[in-house]
Amino acid sequence: MVMLTLHKLRELIRTSVGFDEGIDFEGDIADIRYEDLGYDSLARIEVAAQVQLQFDVEISEDMAMALETPRETLDYVNTRIGAIQRSGGSKS
Amino acid sequence: MKSLVTGLGVVAPNGVGAETYWAATLAGRGGLGRITRFDPTGYPVTVAGEVTDFVLQDHVPSRVAAQTDRWSHLGLAAAKLALADAGVEPATLPEYEMAVVTVGSSGGTEFGQREIEALWSKGPEHVGAFQSIAWFYAATTGQLSIRHGMRGPCGVLCAEQAGGLDAAQQARRLLSDGACLVLAGGTDASLCPYGLTAQSATGKLSGNPDPARAYLPFDVDASGYVPGEGGAIFVVEHDVPAVGREDRRCYGVIAGHGATFDPRPGSRRRAAAAAGEPLRRAIELALGQAGLGPGDIDVVFADAMGVPALDRAEASAISATFGPYQVPVTAPKTMVGRLYAGGAALDVATALLAIRHGIVPPTTGGTRTAPECDIDLVRMPRERRLRSALILGRGHGGFNSALVLTAPPETNARSFRS
Repeated sequence: MVMLTLHKLRELIRTSVGFDEGIDFEGDIADIRYEDLGYDSLARIEVAAQVQLQFDVEISEDMAMALETPRETLDYVNTRIGAIQRSGGSKS
Repeated sequence: MKSLVTGLGVVAPNGVGAETYWAATLAGRGGLGRITRFDPTGYPVTVAGEVTDFVLQDHVPSRVAAQTDRWSHLGLAAAKLALADAGVEPATLPEYEMAVVTVGSSGGTEFGQREIEALWSKGPEHVGAFQSIAWFYAATTGQLSIRHGMRGPCGVLCAEQAGGLDAAQQARRLLSDGACLVLAGGTDASLCPYGLTAQSATGKLSGNPDPARAYLPFDVDASGYVPGEGGAIFVVEHDVPAVGREDRRCYGVIAGHGATFDPRPGSRRRAAAAAGEPLRRAIELALGQAGLGPGDIDVVFADAMGVPALDRAEASAISATFGPYQVPVTAPKTMVGRLYAGGAALDVATALLAIRHGIVPPTTGGTRTAPECDIDLVRMPRERRLRSALILGRGHGGFNSALVLTAPPETNARSFRS
């Protein structure tokens, strides 16, 4: 199963919620808080929903709000993808 | 207190930007054509006015674009153009004294259709989070308020095609209640299968597939109207300028407004409505508020439904007020279609441009005015000093509105003299 990379997350954010032209979106955004990137709660829920659809990892709305930076999203999603793979899960 | 219009933003099927739009309008260059936003084959209506000369990225940040319908995109663009035209830097003005009033009609239909299709075909988890805010009537007002930091008394008015006139009046009220600047106007963009199907249910749209013949208000060949998208937003300010706004220009004054409702269906007074009485009464109210008589009005911008009985009612209201053939009447919306929430707002912008340039813009397409419509319909641009203009709007469901605009005052604001 495919892991979520920063590159993929960036593209997913770009296409689903856009980005603030005032920030260096192509730069290292991994540790910048979503709030500081200009995303409100609705945008974060939309990003989480898109990740969930494309990577088949469940992210509750509460969890979507708890993940504060792209790196936290990557860690959360990839840990679960890893767990599915280790358990021989058939979810693909 | 006077309410001055100090900036115009136009996004129309025949031009983006007030001057581009005005040049096209004077030249009689229309924006009607076969619908391209989807394949209209099989629909009862195939002709519309689409805004084609519009690059979303030039006007709307991607983060905002993702969470808004096209109707809001066009509104955000029109507002940006209006603020630039007025030379307003919102950050330099008191945020709680700036307000936004837009017109809503069908809301975000195209966005909504996309999400409903996702719901039907893929399931609820495929419906995006932004559907919760994008469809909503007040979405454009809210997005404008956020984007420009305007936190005064904001609102949205829903009176369909009459709404733009009511928004101008609401701006006037807010200025007298203490606001220093109001962004007012409206846009619409309901050219998707869902939107067009809903509109077609009125039975008033034209099924003529020829863009040059589909929308001929007041004409012997009138066969209904064609829909369009776009509209206009304007900046309205006090005649006493806010600090830093002393050097602004002025297009004209919002001088008077009147609004009435048609009698309910089945009422004995329906015959009076058919004869244009509620619209005539709205005109009377607007003239009264402006302190003007019929002889002071130099041009009328008609609602121009293109439905023979409704054209007759409007012509009756006009001739009952001014006398038959006594005032020039025009309907430049023949070039763009009826823009619903954007329609009367665009007429306000057109009227202000007409006042500024001293030219009545033409009504295009038709050749023979229906004999029952006893009005002087302007078919070629007509040069004329315009001290004042009357704009009429009627909205689905029985709304009638009339607005009087007058030329800029001699003092307090620099008018265009170049």
